[in-house]
Amino acid sequence: MTTALVLIDHDRGVMAETSLQSVAFAGALGLDVEAVLIGADAEPIAASLGTYGVAKAHLVEHAELSDFAPEAWGDALAQLVVVSGAKVVLATGTDRGNEVLAHLGAILDQPMVANVTSAEIGDPWRLTRIRWGGSLFEHVELEAGFQLLTVAPHSWEPPIAGADAEVVLERFEPTLDETAGRTRVVDRVTLNAGITLATAPVVVGGGRGVGSAEGFAPLEELAGLLGGVVGCSRVVTNNGWRPHTDQVGQTGTRIAPDLYIACGISGAIQHWVGAMASKKILAINTDREANMMSKADYAVVGDLHEVVPALIEALS
Amino acid sequence: MRVLVCVKRVPAPGARIALTNDQQAIDTRNLGFATSPHEECAVEGAVQLVADHGGSSTVITMGPPESEEQLRYAVSVGIDNAVLVPTDGSDLDPQATARGLVDAIRILEERDGGFDVILFGNESADAGGYQVGIRVARALGRPTVSGIKDIEVDGSEIVARREIPSGFEVYRLKMPAVLAVREGLNLPRYPTLPGRLKSRKAEIGSVESDPDPGGQRMVRFESPPEQESRTVLLGEGAAAVPAIVEVLETLGIR
Repeated sequence: MTTALVLIDHDRGVMAETSLQSVAFAGALGLDVEAVLIGADAEPIAASLGTYGVAKAHLVEHAELSDFAPEAWGDALAQLVVVSGAKVVLATGTDRGNEVLAHLGAILDQPMVANVTSAEIGDPWRLTRIRWGGSLFEHVELEAGFQLLTVAPHSWEPPIAGADAEVVLERFEPTLDETAGRTRVVDRVTLNAGITLATAPVVVGGGRGVGSAEGFAPLEELAGLLGGVVGCSRVVTNNGWRPHTDQVGQTGTRIAPDLYIACGISGAIQHWVGAMASKKILAINTDREANMMSKADYAVVGDLHEVVPALIEALS
Repeated sequence: MRVLVCVKRVPAPGARIALTNDQQAIDTRNLGFATSPHEECAVEGAVQLVADHGGSSTVITMGPPESEEQLRYAVSVGIDNAVLVPTDGSDLDPQATARGLVDAIRILEERDGGFDVILFGNESADAGGYQVGIRVARALGRPTVSGIKDIEVDGSEIVARREIPSGFEVYRLKMPAVLAVREGLNLPRYPTLPGRLKSRKAEIGSVESDPDPGGQRMVRFESPPEQESRTVLLGEGAAAVPAIVEVLETLGIR
C-alpha cells in the first residue's frame, strides 16, 4: 500500500477543519494515511485522528517550529519526506497548506498541484484541480517522482468518525539552521473578535448599484436588524466606498452564511466564487437578467434604494 | 531601494468563462485582459515603496507579446522600468514560470544590481498555483512569506503583516526579500493622463529565457455543469417586501 503523508494545518493546537477533508481524500484513494503535525501544541490533535482511520502521526518538533514559520515548516517536512521514503504528500488548500507544500515542491524540485478536487492514481497520476476560484476545472497529468498536492477546501466531505483507535505517535526532530527560521511569526495582533464576514449567519452585500459610500447606510441598518454584517463586491472596494476587509470574492473573503442578500450586484465570477457557498441567496437588482438573479434562490426585481428601506420599515 | 514586481496578463471574464471547442484554452475573443488583482496591489506597493524610500521600480512579466499592455499599465501608474520575458503564449506550468523568471532576474541583477524587494501576487487569478514566488525565492536563496497585506520598511528589514482569522501575524524579513501579497495591501491608483502618455512612449526591455517544462501538464479545461436556475421570483420593488419577510421567517432568521 502506498503511504501518503498528510500535513495537518493547525495554528498552535487549533486544527483547520479542512485538514480532515484531505485525510478523507487520501483515504478514498486507497492510500495509507500518516498524519504530519509541525510545531507546538499538536499532540492532542494527533491523538484525536485515530477515529478517522489515521494509524500513525509524525510530530515534528524543534525550537524554530514553535510558531508558524513557512520556510522552516517546508524544510522540516522535506526532511521527514526523505527519511520516511514517502512519495505522496498532501495538505489542505488553506493559506498555510498551499504555502508549505509550495516550499516542499521548491526544495524537492518537484511539481506541486494546488487545489485538487479528484485524483486517479496511475502512471502518470491524473488530477482535476480548480482554477478561477472554482469556476473552471483543469485536468492535469503529473509526471513526477513525487506527488505533492493540496486538496481544494470543501471539495470533499470530512471522514466519518469511527470507533476510537490509538494513533502511533512518532517524534521527528529536523536539523534546521538559522536561515530556516528567518521567516517566522514574531508577533501577533488580535483584532476584536465578534461576527466576521467569514462566519456571519447573514451577509447583506452591496455592489455597483449602491452608488456611493453613503448608500451603504441602509444596508448596515438591515444587517444590524438581521444579526449580520455588510459585504461588498470588488468594484465597491476599488471605488473606495468600503474597506477591502468587506470584500466578498475570489480575492476577498469567501462567505458561507445561512442567507446572503445581494443588493445591486451583477454576480461576475470574481464575486460569485466568494458567495457561492451561501446556503440561500436573495438577490435584489433592477436587471432581472443579471447573473446573480438567475443564480439566486430568491429574486426581487427592483431598485435596492427602494426595496431595502421598505424592508427595514417592515422589520422595525 | 530597488523593487521588482512580477505580474501576469489574465483574461477579464464577466459572468461565465467560455472555452474553445478543443477545451485547451479560454475563449478570449470577446474578453479584455487585465493584471491579476493581487498583482495590481503589488504594483501599487512597489510604486509606494520607491516613493517613500527612493530608488527605482521595475515590472516584469513572462507571457505573450500582448503582455506589453499590462507592463505599460504598470508604467502608467508609476513603475519606472518594464521588462518582458516573451513566450509563445502557451500555458506554462508553475515550475517553468519560476525557472524563466529566475533566469531573467539573474540577468537583470547582473546588469543593473540586486533587487532589495521582489513582489509577487499571492496567486494568479486564472491558474491559482500559489507557488511561483516561493519557487523564485528558494532558487535565489532569499527569505519569503506569502499572503501579505501590509509592508513596512524598518532599516534593513521588511515588517510584513498577514491576515489570519483572529487578526494579523507579523513577520520580519531581512532584505533582499521576496513577498507574495494580497489584494487589500493598498488601494491601487488609477493612471493619470501624463502617466498614460509616458507609458505609451516607455521602452519595454526584453530578456530571453527558454525554461524546461515542469512536471504538471495541462490536459484540458472543463466548465462546471451549468446549474438549472431555481430562482423564486418574490416580486417587483417594495411590493415584494411581505414575500421577503416570509422568506426570512421560513429561514428562521426573523
